[in-house]
Amino acid sequence: MWRRSPSFILDERRSSNSPPMADTTRGPFQNSDSISAYYQTRAAHHGVITSDWLAQAQAAVGGVSGEEQSLSSDNQLGTEKSFNVIEEFNNWRKQPDLAEAVAAIRALAAVIRASEASTMMELEIELKKASDTLKSWDKTSISLTAGCDLFIRYVTRTSALEYEDFNSAKSRLLERAEKFGEISCKARRIIAMLSQDFIFDGCTILVHGLSRVVLEILKTAAQNNKLFRVLCTEGRPDGTGVLLSSELSKLDIPVKLLLDSAVAYSMDEVDMVFFGADGVVESGGIINMMGTYQIALVAHSMNKPVYVAAESYKFARLYPLDQKDMAPALRPIEFGVKIPTKVEVERSARDYTPPQYLTLLFTDLGVLSPSVVSDELIQLYL
Amino acid sequence: MDTRRGALAVPKVRRVGFFTSIEPPPESSQRPNRSQSGPVEATTSSSPLSNSPSGNLISPVLIPPSRHHSDNLTTRVAAAAPVPVPGPAAFRRYLAQDRSLLHVGSYNPPDSLLGTSTPSSNGEFSEDSASLFGFQRSDSTKLSASFPNGGFDLTLAVRAPQESETKIATASASEGKKKIAKVSGKSESVTTKPQKEKEQKALKDKTTKAERRAIQEAQRAAKAAAKGEGSRRADESGRANPGKATKKPQPKKERLPVTSSVSEKTAVAVEKEKRMDVPQTLMQYDDRSRVDKAKRRAVVEQTESKNKVELFLHLPQYERGNQLPNLSSNFFTLDSIHHAVYKVGLQHLAGDISGDNARCIAMLQAFQEAIEDYITPPMKDLTMDLTTKINGYVSFLIECRPLSMSMGNAIRFLKNQIRKLPVNLSESEAKISLCSDIGRFIDEKIILADKAIVQHAVTKIRDGEVLLTYGFSCVVEMILLYAHEIGKKFRVVIVDSRPNLEGQKLLRRLVTRGLDCTYTHINAISYIMREATRVFLGASSIFSNGTLYARVGTACIAMVANAFSVPVIVCCEAYKFHERVLLDSICSNELGDPDAVANIPSFRTNAKHSKTINNNKNLQFLNLMYDSTPSEYISMIVSDYGMIPPTSIPVIVREYRREHLLL
Repeated sequence: MWRRSPSFILDERRSSNSPPMADTTRGPFQNSDSISAYYQTRAAHHGVITSDWLAQAQAAVGGVSGEEQSLSSDNQLGTEKSFNVIEEFNNWRKQPDLAEAVAAIRALAAVIRASEASTMMELEIELKKASDTLKSWDKTSISLTAGCDLFIRYVTRTSALEYEDFNSAKSRLLERAEKFGEISCKARRIIAMLSQDFIFDGCTILVHGLSRVVLEILKTAAQNNKLFRVLCTEGRPDGTGVLLSSELSKLDIPVKLLLDSAVAYSMDEVDMVFFGADGVVESGGIINMMGTYQIALVAHSMNKPVYVAAESYKFARLYPLDQKDMAPALRPIEFGVKIPTKVEVERSARDYTPPQYLTLLFTDLGVLSPSVVSDELIQLYL
Repeated sequence: MDTRRGALAVPKVRRVGFFTSIEPPPESSQRPNRSQSGPVEATTSSSPLSNSPSGNLISPVLIPPSRHHSDNLTTRVAAAAPVPVPGPAAFRRYLAQDRSLLHVGSYNPPDSLLGTSTPSSNGEFSEDSASLFGFQRSDSTKLSASFPNGGFDLTLAVRAPQESETKIATASASEGKKKIAKVSGKSESVTTKPQKEKEQKALKDKTTKAERRAIQEAQRAAKAAAKGEGSRRADESGRANPGKATKKPQPKKERLPVTSSVSEKTAVAVEKEKRMDVPQTLMQYDDRSRVDKAKRRAVVEQTESKNKVELFLHLPQYERGNQLPNLSSNFFTLDSIHHAVYKVGLQHLAGDISGDNARCIAMLQAFQEAIEDYITPPMKDLTMDLTTKINGYVSFLIECRPLSMSMGNAIRFLKNQIRKLPVNLSESEAKISLCSDIGRFIDEKIILADKAIVQHAVTKIRDGEVLLTYGFSCVVEMILLYAHEIGKKFRVVIVDSRPNLEGQKLLRRLVTRGLDCTYTHINAISYIMREATRVFLGASSIFSNGTLYARVGTACIAMVANAFSVPVIVCCEAYKFHERVLLDSICSNELGDPDAVANIPSFRTNAKHSKTINNNKNLQFLNLMYDSTPSEYISMIVSDYGMIPPTSIPVIVREYRREHLLL
């Protein structure tokens, strides 16, 4: 943004003389570590496999596993214990239907179970350490961070500390942890039920991205014998829309695939827009797959309602002021043709949609207007 | 109530916009009509007023219905003294028959004391009325407080000059009708004659009100004329003279120890608490009767400014600065106001302390000092008496300069703290606990809150940014300095505006610390906004609907920033959040010195210009101090509770109001 200032353009040229050089030498696709773990998880879950991606993934897996080993060795050095949060987390993560945050919650619950701490304080410190490890494993994933934070809040913010007996206090913590895991698992069902009132017969729904919550909503609606049509954006470069449309066609829902650039063209036949969310931030806006913001803008200007389906463990204490105000999640982009090395490629995987372009949020806490998100967050964290 | 209907029959044409404040012919012709309805209001309101000075010093608007009062009255009188009292029914009959007869009632315990003291001391004190304002105010309030039946002067206490009211109040309290005549006969002033007339007429029928009104109108018109003619100094003296003539100070001796029982006190306390729970209504300064009443109680002699803008008549319109010498000469003859509070008041008045936080801290520290020096009078309850005292201080401060919202919140906290003091606490313990509470408030809600805000806000400053700020806000200054300290590379644009030019202070401080700054005036905002990437603003208060109430010009900055889609970050401590809703900047605002706007250096040099500016009836200067920014222009509010959207202000207020008060 500051480039708008003429003086700063000059400064920028002077200062950024070296970075482009470095870029050309590195090349956008050559360093696997710049691809965020968040994106890798996503890709693995959705089975998005492109030729380029395959090569990238191989390199990435090597990098990540090495990282993991170093982390685990760190852990072992520190605590001399066989239990490892990351392993536990990865075990949980293998279940395709389990969200990353829920996997993290399960892993953290396992930490409590396996803990050999003898005081409450020790246990808390251990839990904190584990969650920090998890968070540092993938700094770009909002739901992972938010899930860990929420879990710690939820578990430690009990009267457990008042129990004199440590074991009963610990079992109480475990109980709460289980409960939280359960709530998080059920969240998707709850959201699907809540959103049914908004889908009416004969409506056309535009969907962007491949969100398991949105898919659940559409499935439930189809099971309830609602008649509706779905427009899927293609979702370059992962082809999320292609995947979603194939899922929907299996359910006999009429579905149409659009180019990402055809959103404004077909917006007039759309009745509502559905998004998932990677994270819901404090302002009530969402962070989601790239392209969400522009679709929301188009929908807003054409007065179409924009609904967001997100579980409450995605509520994060973040407050981005603009698009660049968050840790970028980078991904490889395949253009099919060879791109000259001097051409820069925008590789960010997600954008931020401000709350004024969203109509309602469907969460397991209920159907909320964007401004209530902050209310909930304040009550949770303060 | 036929008088009211008469008033309604003539529609008042309210002119909107800026126009001269000369008395327009239609209004003056209509005045008598309106005045008739005036006294009725005054009578109903004056009585409870005197019952509880504490509640009313701040908000003279909140008034229980009069019938309630009359019921209470009899019981209270009975409790106070075992004198034969007419039953409530009889009382009401009195009311119904002839209100003017009411003051005749002779059942008053403090009879003799008053009767003896009044005339002698009158002579003593009438010499320097100007310096006596302090005594007068405190006396009249205390006096009326000490009399359970202080409101008996129902019809006579109407908007007459102060002398008549207080005198009749005492007289009616002390003796019968005859005595009144005697006392008023004794006083040598010019007003004696109309006074007598008034009395006699008051006894006859209600129409006298109108006549008395007319006399007052005439007096006021004369005053206004005197004011209009001369320069300010002349007009001041002109004001002082009638003041001297009309206002007879109540001598000190009349202040009596309260004879009422404890149970009555608690009843009063309960009532007061009830009243405190009701949100306070703002004083409307275009409501003549209330303004007059407030003025009678005033410590600070305010000169009404001759420069009035119609749209802002409801705000206090006083000239600034000229009361200062008067007040500072009174410094050593203080009575009701603690010297620390007095000092702070003078500093507010002179503008030595500006900035909400600084003002609030100064006020709280003064209260701390006052509480340390406080000694509970014998036969009094610390909670009750201290609250009264604090109320007195607060009303004094208001007279010096209208309170900011944050100060209101702080005062509310303090009063709550006083109210919640355990009964079994000794005086010294109570004082220590209160002082530590105040200290904690300053530390936690202001100083630590600022630190938290700095920590939060710094995360939003990236390298290479251009931060724009407006005027001077100490939190913003702290943020910028801290960000510079931790090695962020950024540039600052300081936007400033006449007449205060507060930005220069910020500029000086930042430049000496080695920050890269640009200084410009608000006129260039649309040009300079192009460069900015973040706008940091301070706040005086933020209301429940997210409206930002800040230094005038802030709204302009926020709107321009919004048009350029530059995020606007407001830094505000949570103790400044207010549960009220504000829609515009007209209802609630503060008027600054209009001369500051008029005083343009280049204009001053030209004598001809200055002449046309000074004495031009078609020209008013409006110097507003604050404006309101709607919440949609604010991207984020940084408070001690973190970074929140403006829609979350009610959440903070709801969740933490209790904690705020409890601390």
